[in-house]
Amino acid sequence: MLSRLANPARFMRLSGAVLPLLTAAAALVLLIGFYLALFVAPPDYQQGESVRIMFVHVPAAWLALLVYLLVAVASAVALVWRHPLAAIAAQAAAPLGAAFTLVCLVTGSLWGRPMWGTWWVWDARLTSVLVLFFLYLGYIALANAFDDPGRGGRAASMLALVGVVNLPIIKFSVDWWNTLHQAGSVFRIGGPTIDSSMLVPLLIMACGYLLLFSTLLLVRMRTALNERKARALQLATAPAASAPPHASPVPR
Amino acid sequence: MSAFDSWAAMGGYAAFVWPAYAVAVGVLGGIAIQSWRRYRASVRALDRLQRDR
Amino acid sequence: MSAHLGLLRRELLLAWRQGGEIGLALGFFVLAVVLFPLGVGPEAEILRRIGAGIIWVAALLAAVLSLDRLFAADHGDGGLDLLALSAMPLEGVVIVKCAAHWVTTGLPVVVLSPFLAMLLNMDTAEMPVLALGLLLGTPALSLLGAIAAALTLGARRPGVLSSLLVLPLYLPVLIFGAGAVEAGVGSTGARAHLLLLGALSLAALPLAPLATAAALRQALD
Repeated sequence: MLSRLANPARFMRLSGAVLPLLTAAAALVLLIGFYLALFVAPPDYQQGESVRIMFVHVPAAWLALLVYLLVAVASAVALVWRHPLAAIAAQAAAPLGAAFTLVCLVTGSLWGRPMWGTWWVWDARLTSVLVLFFLYLGYIALANAFDDPGRGGRAASMLALVGVVNLPIIKFSVDWWNTLHQAGSVFRIGGPTIDSSMLVPLLIMACGYLLLFSTLLLVRMRTALNERKARALQLATAPAASAPPHASPVPR
Repeated sequence: MSAFDSWAAMGGYAAFVWPAYAVAVGVLGGIAIQSWRRYRASVRALDRLQRDR
Repeated sequence: MSAHLGLLRRELLLAWRQGGEIGLALGFFVLAVVLFPLGVGPEAEILRRIGAGIIWVAALLAAVLSLDRLFAADHGDGGLDLLALSAMPLEGVVIVKCAAHWVTTGLPVVVLSPFLAMLLNMDTAEMPVLALGLLLGTPALSLLGAIAAALTLGARRPGVLSSLLVLPLYLPVLIFGAGAVEAGVGSTGARAHLLLLGALSLAALPLAPLATAAALRQALD
């Protein structure tokens, strides 16, 4: 299936057909999710209404990690199989992943403030997400650091693979560091198990985030392909341009 | 206190819940808008180039 | 093997002759440590508490600062192409360059660490754990740094960029290295931390050169 999508023109056709439906689905699921999160879900017995932040925070954390794994897989496909769309997919996905990571960090801070009294808590999950944010930034910076976009894409793909290998090691060491320093109490979301009245809105929000990501991924990939085509057209027509750069009419 | 007011107050946590939702909507909406606008620009630019050929 | 040793000798000679560069990174290392008492105040107890962390962070920053010495000069004058075409496997070249980098950056950091520990009012009992941790961890810094240095060859602003790329990878080394000192004075002992540090460096030894060589090949294409 992947090889059938390798043709950019085919990808443009398929994505163009799917996009309106996907956008509508994302909007609908997100609306339902927000409604459930803000109106229907019950307050937590410990955290009260602030638990509603969970519905925007936790799905963001899931997406932040999922998108990074996707970037790594796409990077591997780009490097090993040289699938033409893989590098484009990875570079389109990275800013989206960074956005989810940012949402996770800020909402996590806002969720933690009433619970722990400080704006930032160096607990294992938030610290790991902060590191993930820097991994995203590094990827985006490297991809854009070269005049030749192909070189940038290849270097960034390698970085993504190095990052994904290191991610479990970093997570392990941050967990270790966190237990060593015994920062705060263990974060329990509404008790050892999540009640279904909270689980359903959470999963719906997660679906909404995933649909939003998919929609925007396709949009950004189509944009990248358009821009590539435009660049190629400009390069092709440049030699045909008549006037050399320095030619200018002699002023009289 | 009306039902809306007590809902908006979020049990006293309004100062945290609403900014959190604002950030989520703002950041995700922001990147959605940026992605969409850049897409539209790329379509326009490509159209223009193809017309001028 | 003799080719590798020859390369190592060349790297060390070059570094020695450009002694100013090594001195710069080490000078920065010392200066960074000195900044902290000026920033947080000279209270002995506070400095003692955060001393290991300060020295480790400064070691990381010094390693990061000197990464551009690894490949950039050879890349600029074509020497890297020659090395890539030579009979030596590129991974071997990378290991030799990392070894030279460690001798000129990591090893001096290990040697200087007891004196800096004194500056920060650290206990004499903590110094061996600190130095041993640095000894075990700094090779990983050189090896992981090589990956970032290779990835950023030919990029705009390679120095700052490789810092951004490599520091997240350094985090486990930092956590276990600084944690070793703290554990060493506690009841748990530093053994687990030091073993993990050694494991990280040992794991990096075969893996980092693989990634670095792949990145170098991309850069030389």
